[in-house]
Amino acid sequence: MNRYIPVTDEDRRRMLGVVGAASVDDLFSGIPVQVRQKKASDLPKALSEPEMLRDLRGLSGKNLNADNAPCFLGAGVYDHFIPSAVDSIVSRGEFTTSYTPYQPEVAQGTLQAIFQYQTMVCELTGMEISNASMYDGASAAAEAAVLAASSTKKRTVLCGRNVHPQTRQTVRTYCWSRKLDYAEIPAEDGRIDRAALGKALEGGDAAALIVQSPNFFGGLENLQELGDAVHEAKGLFIVSSDLLALGTLEAPGKLGADIVVGDGQTAGNPMNFGGPAFGFIAVNKPLMRKMPGRICGQTTDGQGRRTFVLTLQAREQHIRREKATSNICSNQNLCIVAASVYLSLMGPRGLRDIGDQILAKSAYAVEQLEKTGKFRRAFPGVPSFRETALLCDEAPAELNKRLLGAGIVGGFDLSGDYPELKNGWLLAVTESRTKEEIDRMVAVAGGDAR
Amino acid sequence: MKRTMDTLFETSRPGRVGYALPELDVPAVDCGEELKGFCRSEAPRLPELAEVDVVRHFTGLSKMNYSVDEGFYPLGSCTMKYNPKVNEVAARMPGFSRIHPLQPEGTVQGALKLMYDLSAMLAEITGMDAVTLQPAAGAHGEQTGLMMIKAYHESRGDHKRTKVIVPDSAHGTNPASAAVTGFDTVEVASDAEGMVDLDALKALMDDSVAALMLTNPNTLGVFERNILALTETIHAAGGLVYYDGANANAIMGKARPGDMGFDVLHLNLHKTFSTPHGGGGPGAGAVGVKNVLVPFLPTPVIGLADGAYRLEHADMHPQSIGRVRSFFGNFGVLVRAYTYIRTLGAEGLQEVSETAVLNANYLAKKLEHIYPLAHKGYCMHEFVLNGGALKHETGVSSLDVAKALIDAGYHPPTVYFPLIVPEALMVEPTETESQETLDRFAAAMEEIIAKAKAEGAEPFHDMPLTTPVSRPDETTAARNPILRWQFGDGE
Repeated sequence: MNRYIPVTDEDRRRMLGVVGAASVDDLFSGIPVQVRQKKASDLPKALSEPEMLRDLRGLSGKNLNADNAPCFLGAGVYDHFIPSAVDSIVSRGEFTTSYTPYQPEVAQGTLQAIFQYQTMVCELTGMEISNASMYDGASAAAEAAVLAASSTKKRTVLCGRNVHPQTRQTVRTYCWSRKLDYAEIPAEDGRIDRAALGKALEGGDAAALIVQSPNFFGGLENLQELGDAVHEAKGLFIVSSDLLALGTLEAPGKLGADIVVGDGQTAGNPMNFGGPAFGFIAVNKPLMRKMPGRICGQTTDGQGRRTFVLTLQAREQHIRREKATSNICSNQNLCIVAASVYLSLMGPRGLRDIGDQILAKSAYAVEQLEKTGKFRRAFPGVPSFRETALLCDEAPAELNKRLLGAGIVGGFDLSGDYPELKNGWLLAVTESRTKEEIDRMVAVAGGDAR
Repeated sequence: MKRTMDTLFETSRPGRVGYALPELDVPAVDCGEELKGFCRSEAPRLPELAEVDVVRHFTGLSKMNYSVDEGFYPLGSCTMKYNPKVNEVAARMPGFSRIHPLQPEGTVQGALKLMYDLSAMLAEITGMDAVTLQPAAGAHGEQTGLMMIKAYHESRGDHKRTKVIVPDSAHGTNPASAAVTGFDTVEVASDAEGMVDLDALKALMDDSVAALMLTNPNTLGVFERNILALTETIHAAGGLVYYDGANANAIMGKARPGDMGFDVLHLNLHKTFSTPHGGGGPGAGAVGVKNVLVPFLPTPVIGLADGAYRLEHADMHPQSIGRVRSFFGNFGVLVRAYTYIRTLGAEGLQEVSETAVLNANYLAKKLEHIYPLAHKGYCMHEFVLNGGALKHETGVSSLDVAKALIDAGYHPPTVYFPLIVPEALMVEPTETESQETLDRFAAAMEEIIAKAKAEGAEPFHDMPLTTPVSRPDETTAARNPILRWQFGDGE
């Protein structure tokens, strides 16, 4: 008898009587004898709620969390502040324990939230149409590449080498499975190498170019210029970014992007060891009917009242089956509700204030590190947002070990993914980092507080 | 009283804010100077609201949703069981929610252990050899499983295998997942009970068969009678067999896909393992494999060596299909599933499946005098009602019945799926409902059918009447799409 099942032994007897079965086992008689499970599964014994919580506290206590150790690690996931109201809203059972809004009359809450989210993504990206979200930024980029191939009827996907390594790996996996060719454009001084891009675009085989801005090194790409080059070669321009950064940076839609994708974790979602958060994807009208995933639209009911529904479903798997645009049939809904609450609390001014603090704190941290004489910018002169690639005097692994000893989570060691950046170290500074934390980090990193 | 609500954009008033940042404690910099023209030229038109405005808005929205916390949600194939509250507390512990995925392995041993243990428990429950937790959803799991099948055949130099066989009763994601992994889908017929036609399957066998995808219990809620013959047929032809775990809530402790001959499966942790659906996600689509497919699992693989948990990358798994997303999966969802399994243990999970099956058979029995059932004998955890006769006699469609159920205070069953049953209504009560709830639901169905027979379709057309809006004009929504708020002049 467990606490999640409101059926007593007496109920069971009565119900079996109605069904006309002698025992519960009778109900499983349709399972062929040869495949019936002979002995109980070998699992740890059941835990009461107090025991369960003790086990969980034991496990979670073994992890160093950002409440106890200031985090200068980014590389795709960032420690931004989340106002209390966000979790208060997404904890409501009406959002948490409902299903996909297939019955719109009893799901207007979720549907209107999606519609509003779509609007906010359009505003931030400068695009005309957003869907209801994707699994994450990496798979959103991969789906965008597939969309571009199907739309241009070309089979080569180009991706900047300064795009997040995990995004590149995911795009590569999807390309392999879709029989698309995948090639990378090297970076020059941290940004897409224009000459190499020009060469790759010769011949006009490219379905798309994927760039990221801020790129993996935090650097800002000259999007307009890159977009023009891709368009000239009749390919689509896919830009990856993140929602919080777009409160400060120019909207990619104004700079020639055909598809904008990215991660939304930065807007109101905890780091969660990498998930769940969500990916976003936005396009302009010509690609609307090829867009993967759910889309919510506005219409009216029989009495003329404003009503929201899932729409353009002719693209989707439950109608189109093997001819569907994509097989995705969910969205990261609760995470976009969190993002909508966050963006509503922040408004345009809040995002801009956060952006200004990030710029100021990043500039301060980098300047202080440079002053130690042991760090220099890997790409001086390239403007960056939230993250800066630095070159250190020592191996980043050693540096991070010292920082960890002082209770600080250091930056990302670039030397694995980019061996050419010897002792490359990617420092993330969000608005959550205080001057005191930055000073302490600099003291340890500079060697004064060994 | 539930009613429609203004959008955030109509509620917005210039100058309101819902946040407070600490005073800047380092020298300010000028955005224009720092970013040299990369700054935004125009502010995004996000709402401007105080915290109370935002909270009231979203609280209002939430009240327009029906949810499991509110009541019975017998949505077939979706397993809308109760979502335990301790799972939510678990996922929010700072040691789980406030950790960065790229932290040194030594600082996240608890998180890695949780994933390692969850994988092992899921492997034991399903009879598979290894489990990856990376896929973000069921469909993502299908795609991952099929990619591994593709990599397996390619690794053997066997490039002819382009066909994936899918029964006509399958979920739409099956053929879509096959297509997105570069396979051609071939449909195989099923009989009136939804069982795969073995002879039809045999006729499809040749050296181009890559895999068969099968949902078992099938979408009519019946266990495949010939399951071993089906998997043997595919294996004999050199193909692999994929198990769609959408219906795994029926078989825990009773039968294991690994013992039925399946080579790869996905589990929807948001169905069987009680993690909340969140209005459409996030879920998690764990994928289990037999030894033949272990080399192809996505990286990173979570390993255990010398008492420490570690992340193993492509250098240790050269045949891996690579990544299907960033980091390790929807970790917060995994924490919830771990908590559920540890809370119930083996006996508790078996009780889950037994009660789910009992509840389904009980409710089917209560309804069979008013509705023809698509299955014969006992069903597993769900069943399908055939609404064809009712439609023919009274003009009342299954959609009408669904809308009437909304007015009666229930979430309707899944309608028009599976495609092989006319006017299908697919009912999955789950184990977390009491006999009284099932009785009340059956009574509500009886009343609806009586009304249909007495009054015909006419009174149904305006239903539902108790909701903030009634049936939407979906045709206009698709023909003239309005997909974002339209700002008027001066906004």
